[in-house]
Amino acid sequence: MKAMKNIFAGKWSIIVVGLIIGVIASLLQKFGNPPNMGVCVACFERDIAGALGLHRVAVVQYMRPEIIGFVLGSMIAAYAFREFRPRMGSAPIVRFVLGVFAMIGGLVFLGCPWRALLRLAGGDGNAILGILGLTLGIWIGILFLKKGYNLGRTQATHTAAGWMLPLIMFGFLILLLVFPAIEGEARSGVLFYSTAGPGSMKAPLLISLAAGLLIGFLAQRSRFCTMGAVRDLILFRQTHLLLGALALLAAAFITNLIVGQFNPGFTGQPVAHNLHFWNVAGMTLAGLAFALAGGCPGRQLFLSGEGDGDAAVFVLGMIAGAAISHNFGLASSPAGIGPYGAQAVAIGLAVCLFIGFSMRKRIA
Amino acid sequence: MSTTIDARGLSCPQPVLVTLEAIAEGSADRLEISVDTDTAVENITRAVKSKGWAVSGVAEKDQCYVVTVVKE
Repeated sequence: MKAMKNIFAGKWSIIVVGLIIGVIASLLQKFGNPPNMGVCVACFERDIAGALGLHRVAVVQYMRPEIIGFVLGSMIAAYAFREFRPRMGSAPIVRFVLGVFAMIGGLVFLGCPWRALLRLAGGDGNAILGILGLTLGIWIGILFLKKGYNLGRTQATHTAAGWMLPLIMFGFLILLLVFPAIEGEARSGVLFYSTAGPGSMKAPLLISLAAGLLIGFLAQRSRFCTMGAVRDLILFRQTHLLLGALALLAAAFITNLIVGQFNPGFTGQPVAHNLHFWNVAGMTLAGLAFALAGGCPGRQLFLSGEGDGDAAVFVLGMIAGAAISHNFGLASSPAGIGPYGAQAVAIGLAVCLFIGFSMRKRIA
Repeated sequence: MSTTIDARGLSCPQPVLVTLEAIAEGSADRLEISVDTDTAVENITRAVKSKGWAVSGVAEKDQCYVVTVVKE
């Protein structure tokens, strides 16, 4: 028998973790993060792509410490509880492509499942369309899962191989400390910074980093996953992960009410557009990509922290996808979808369907 | 009858899917499922409970776990 049972595996633990994430996310907005974007995995990875100069959209460039904290916090938890398992080799290139299109879909909606919940908690009604799309995408993914879709097995690998994404994140942290933001400057050393727009809105570095580390730690222990929340409900009629996501929503909503961040409506919402069809379609693409990859963008970061090299490749795919999105005019803005956003969603759905139909194998 | 399932290296939710498939198939009253993550152990434990099965033991072996589940 395993010596110690995971006390974070119970129903109340996932609820408490969801509550903590919700409160932290809302407070990060209070401390300076963009509105309804306390923690958005897609947006923040996009900002990281901007900070590295992989895209050059001036308003979304910042080496977000929250993302760094997610990976390193998860790694600390994984080591503390002897769960660090270096593994990879389950169709990494497919996971990269899924990461690219997950990001492209997310940036058409303007957020990931985490931000969809935070947008709803802030009163942005457009988030309902995003969550509908997410559910639709996950449902399509489940049809594939039921037909035997899978990306094959991972293999155990070198410990150091499992460190790759955590080391990359650690490197990003060093860059952030060596080249800190300079007031009014668009560059500091090798890093790009936003002087206006969402990328310029940031909680103090240490608060952001501490929040990321704490969330990373707790999410690794509790297996918090916003995609799994919907998937498990539809596929297994299980509400375990859903309780965590709902707790996040409730806690962020109540905290927003208390600190005066709740503004209900569909128009004029921060970093959002109200093109209903594209809010649904963008998140359908993202939801399908997450379902085919086996985890929401947050979960992919936490898995990377516990040594899963395939999840790490998905993360790199998302960062590359952000660069592609902004360089090719695929990403939306409050003014509407990008010039090639519609085509990108269509291509992304076609690619995901191709992956879902073509990658089946009996594994048992 | 006892059935063994190798779910090592499979990503979420495959270990649960193959376990529930084996339960639905109906010929076994005892399953031994090999998995390689703690998450999979927890997920299988939760999933079989809803089917009226229970985990009777988890053995650690070569960086992996063998989860034994039985019909209650």
